[in-house]
Parts: sequence; structure tokens; C-alpha cells
Amino acid sequence: MKLATRRVLDRSFSGLGFFSIGIMAASLVVMLAPMFVRGLDAFVFKATVEHRRLMLERLGRGNRDATSGEVTRAASARQPVYDMITRFKTEINDYSADQRRIYRGAVRDLESLVRELLGPFPGEAQPVLIRQQFGQTRWDRAQAKIREILYVESYDYSDPTKMGVRIETPRVEAFRGTSLEALFPYIEAHAEEMLRPRTTVYWRFLFDGSMDAHFFGGIWPEVLGTFYLTFGAMIFAVPMGIIAAIYLVEYARDTWLIQLLRTCISSLAGVPSIVFGLFGLAFFINTLHVSESKSVLAGSITLAVLVLPTVIRASEEAIRAVPLTYREAALSLGAGKWHTIVSVILPAALPGILTSIVISMGRAAGETAPIIFTAAVSVGKPLKLWETASQPTPALPWNIYNLATEHEAVDEIRHIQFGMVLTLVVLVLLLNVTAIVLRARVSKKLRG
Amino acid sequence: MAPTLLATLRPPARPEVSQEGLTAHVSAREFSVFYRKVEAVKQVSFDIPSGLVTAIIGPSGCGKSTFLRAINRMNDLIPGCRARGELVFDAANVYSPEVDVVALRQRVGMVFQKPNPFPKTVFENVAYGPRLQGTRDRVRLASIVERSLVKAALWEEVKDRLSENALGLSGGQQQRLCIARALAVDPEILLMDEPTSALDPRSTTRIEDLIGELRGSYTIVIVTHNMQQAARISDLTAFFYEGVLVEYGPTQRLFTTPEKKQTEDYITGRFG
Repeated sequence: MKLATRRVLDRSFSGLGFFSIGIMAASLVVMLAPMFVRGLDAFVFKATVEHRRLMLERLGRGNRDATSGEVTRAASARQPVYDMITRFKTEINDYSADQRRIYRGAVRDLESLVRELLGPFPGEAQPVLIRQQFGQTRWDRAQAKIREILYVESYDYSDPTKMGVRIETPRVEAFRGTSLEALFPYIEAHAEEMLRPRTTVYWRFLFDGSMDAHFFGGIWPEVLGTFYLTFGAMIFAVPMGIIAAIYLVEYARDTWLIQLLRTCISSLAGVPSIVFGLFGLAFFINTLHVSESKSVLAGSITLAVLVLPTVIRASEEAIRAVPLTYREAALSLGAGKWHTIVSVILPAALPGILTSIVISMGRAAGETAPIIFTAAVSVGKPLKLWETASQPTPALPWNIYNLATEHEAVDEIRHIQFGMVLTLVVLVLLLNVTAIVLRARVSKKLRG
Repeated sequence: MAPTLLATLRPPARPEVSQEGLTAHVSAREFSVFYRKVEAVKQVSFDIPSGLVTAIIGPSGCGKSTFLRAINRMNDLIPGCRARGELVFDAANVYSPEVDVVALRQRVGMVFQKPNPFPKTVFENVAYGPRLQGTRDRVRLASIVERSLVKAALWEEVKDRLSENALGLSGGQQQRLCIARALAVDPEILLMDEPTSALDPRSTTRIEDLIGELRGSYTIVIVTHNMQQAARISDLTAFFYEGVLVEYGPTQRLFTTPEKKQTEDYITGRFG
């Protein structure tokens, strides 16, 4: 081949490689950047006075005097709203019966929206649900509510060939010519005084329990549940995996049975994770009765079975990669087989084994399907260690799915959902970084 | 026959060893080793005398390493490898089923072609064997380590680096460390499988000097590709060719007046 041709080939290949790596990096950025930006929104956001009131009343956090001062100032800014509504309600008694009916309905809608924005009216009985005891705690949610107050949303379905067209009409139209007309400009102009938004760092989001099904509070039960499940899976998978790998490399003869076993292990690694979930339910819970119903224990064992093939294969490779000369040296000094394995082969294979363990941890932490049937619930308290044998737990991957699809007010708690996504992604990234660092450290120690 | 060439190979003044009056430490009697169907060592019979250096030479694939590794049964690691005939050490056939392989290997130490220290500290490398034998006492271990390193002529170089990783030593130092590690178990026989083939000339000289120092205290069997080396350091030389022991005798005589044509051809470099 001519020199020029070879050069062109070389260049185009390295160009192609560079291009694909560039695509990889770009997609990583495209994927991770929104996760970080939106996830960070759960930790750093503009919190209203309601947030500070919630923290103070429910968790005893924050400056009592400053907060109650703020609450008083906010209340005086809110007073005209309540006054206007009360005055209007007495006014409509003078209207004709038809008008009265229309206005009553309209003002009832308005009142419930105002309650959602600012909390219960002064003097009203305290509602049962926490979400009704407080107004909007986040400024972004509050602004969305204000928009709902100012505009009535409706859909025009008159053209059947098209999707419904959204129409927003100012709510003030319904009250045109009445005293309540002044309410809407007032809310628009005084929103900040009524809610007093301030940028807040809520790092305790990670360590607070959820309040009222994630309407307020943090994600500690999910974080803790994920830790329990991950480490539980490792407790089962690591010893079994390493022992199996030692057996396959050092003791098993190369028979057709062992070949078959190897093939089975490889195929097990490719089984869809939902199948493992169903298997866990059918076998560990319904057949072996490791727990009465879903539990962290059952979920951990199921996850262990899921990651076991990975641990076995990677450990096998690591043990196989230990130079034969180490074995020879140990044996020639009069070491038995078992002693050779423990004192020479395992330490030399340690970097590879550790990497496989940490990567499996990342996998176990992120798996959703296996825990749906075996361990996960959508709402729960953080568990004590001894409760894990019998109690189910919320966990990050499952609750991300749950909050995105099955929560009663998906739109209101998007920030929690993204906070969970960020936490999980950071957790898995940290585990992978640990794997890399650990590997480098141990390899360096071995190489001297 | 070219006497001048042979003269260059002649070892420097080294007393001629007569084979009579020596006590055999290891005796092979019609001893064969098979790799599945292939007979790698074919019915060899000879005695390895106690306290001397015996070299085994021959071209690649002649079965010399296989024979060496049979003495401490390192061939057991190779699947499908079996032996026939007798290889007697301490009044027992090494390959008889009653033999405790672990005990055998503690009495027959081995140094390999490539330096293979464990990825542990210098101290731990040498202490590995004694620990296996149950020595736990730190002071006793330390004295064994020092004695072994002194014997292996490495003590002066590593006495301040005992807690460093052995893989940080130079190749020659690593090989002497492996010798020290083998000596720490206090073996009777030391098998060396081309111990200098991966080393530079300077390190080779040091190892050869070391073998000279160990001569007398241990029975040494060394496999080597390097005929000058065999001539320099050994008392007796065995020439293997295609699994057969062609000639065996005092090194001096074998290199000056070989009895067999094949031996002469090999040591004069006509093949091999």
C-alpha cells in the first residue's frame, strides 16, 4: 500500500474515533446537565414564608422571632384579600337569585385557589392534611398558582380534527363591575409581600423525612432504603460471587458440565431485570417466605441474584489474570492450594474484584424492576436496621418512577422527583469514581 | 573436533569430581514423564549427588525443565501430566501416592526462570515460607529473614528496604530475593530453572557467584541454556536430547572429552 493511502486511512480512522467519543461526551452532557440543573432545584430554590413557617412549626427549625415577624407582615399584606372576599360575599346577598347563584360558584372556586396559595383563611378550622395547612412553600409553585387565580383555563374542542386548544381568559371577567374586580390587580401587585420569597439552601432535603406524601420535606427514607438494599445485596452477592469465581477458576475441571454452568451464568446476566423481580416475589417471598410480604431482605436477595453473574464473571477474570508464576512460587514454598489462594491469588486479584463489586453496587442502587415486587413501597418511614428483615422501604429508583406516574399531584412535586434523580445519579457516579480510585490505589500498591 | 574451541569453554581451575564415592540425593530409575500421550522425558536413569551443583543442559524442548520440575512435583500443575518409573528422594518415590507433596516441596526449594516475588514487602516475601511452617514469632521471623537474605547475598542492599514492595527491586535483586525466599524454608535441595535467563550479565555473575557460595550446603540442580554457565558453575553435567539422557558425567570431562557425538555437536554449537 502506498504511504499516502496509509496516511489517509490512519487519519480517517482516528478522525472517526474522535468523532464518536465527541458524540458520547455530548450526549452525556445533554443527559446530565438538565438532571443537575433541575435536580439542584430541590436543594436551592426561592422559598416563601410558608416554607419557613413549615420548618418552624413542624421541625422546630429556623429563627422563631424573625419568622413570626415575617408571618405577621405577610398576614397584613394578605388581609385586603380576605377583606375583599368577605365584603363581596355579603354584597351578593343583594343580587338577584340567578346572579347570586353564578357569583357564589365563582367565588367558591376563587376561595379554594386562594387557600391553595396562602393557606387556610384566618379563623378557619385547621384542616387535617398538612398540604392544606400551609400555602405554597416554593415561589415557582406560588407563581403557577397565582396564574391559576388570574386566568381561567379552558379548552376549545370545537374542531374535532385537532387537539383541544387551550384558552386562558382572565378570571376578573367573571367579576366585572363588582367590588371584587380590585382583588386581581391587588394579588398580582402584592404577591411578593404576601409570600415573601427568599433564596434558600435546603440541604436537609437529603436527610428530612417526607411530609404528606412528598408534598413537603425531604427524601431520607428513599436514600436510606437505597443504601439498605444496595449493601444488603452486596452482603449476599460478594461472598457467593467470589467463592463461585474461585471454584470456577481453581477447582472446577474443564468438563461439559462446567462449560454449561459458565454459559448459564453469562445468560443470567442478560435476563431482563423485571424477570428477576417476579422471580424474587415467586421464590423468596411466596415459596421460601423470607418475609411475610415485601421487605428489604427479600429485595436485597433479589438484587444479589441480579448482580451475582457480574460479580462472578469479573472476579473470575481478575483471578485468572493473576500470573501463574505467583501460584508456582507459593506452591514451591510448600503452600497448600487453599493457602495459595488466600495469601497470594486473592490479594493480587483484589483490584479487579473490588472494581466488580463497586460497579455492581451502582447497578444494584439503580435497579427499579427487581424491587417493585419485592421491597419497594411509595410511602414509608426510614427503617431501623432490624426492621429491614420484615419491612418494605421506599427507594430512590422506584420512587422516581412512582412520583412521575402515580402520585396524586405529579405536577406539584416535580422538584422532589428531580431531586431524587440527582441524588441517585450522583450516588452512582460516586460509586464509579470510588471504583476507579480504589483500583488505582490497590494496583499501585501491588506494583510497588 | 576443534580442541581450541573446547579449550575456551573449559572451566577455570575447578577440581575434577569423580562420580564414585558420592552419595546420591535424588536417583532417577527408568523415569519417564508424559504430557498426555507425549513422552517428554524418556526413561532416564541417573543419580544427583548430595552437596554438589548438577547442571542439566540441552536444546529447547529436550525435557530438561520437565525433569527438574518432576523432582518437587511442580508438574502436577499441568493437566494431563503423569510420570512412570522411579524418582527416589529420601528412600521414597516422589510420585508414590503416600508422599505429602507439601512436605516434599518444603524440602526441595525452587527458583524460576523469571524472578517472581510476590507483590508484598521484601520482608513478607522471605517470611512467607517460615510463616507457612507455623513460625509466628516476629523476632524469630526477623532472624530467619536476615539469615536468608545474607545467604542470598542481598542483605546489604535491602536491609533498609525490608518494608518496601519487592516489585520495586531490580531484576537481579528480585531473583536473589527469590533465592532467599526459597532458602528461608531451609530446603535440602535447590532446583533452579534457568535462573539467569531473564537477567543482565552483571546480575548473572552475581547469581553464579551465589551458587558457588551455596555449593556444599545445598544440593543444587540447575537447568541452563547457557553452556558457558554450566561449565563455570557445575560439578556434574547431564546432557538431555529429545527427552533422552545422552550423557552424564563430571563437567570438566563432559566439556573436554565428550563420549557421545551428539554431546560434542551440541557443546561446540553445531546445533541447538
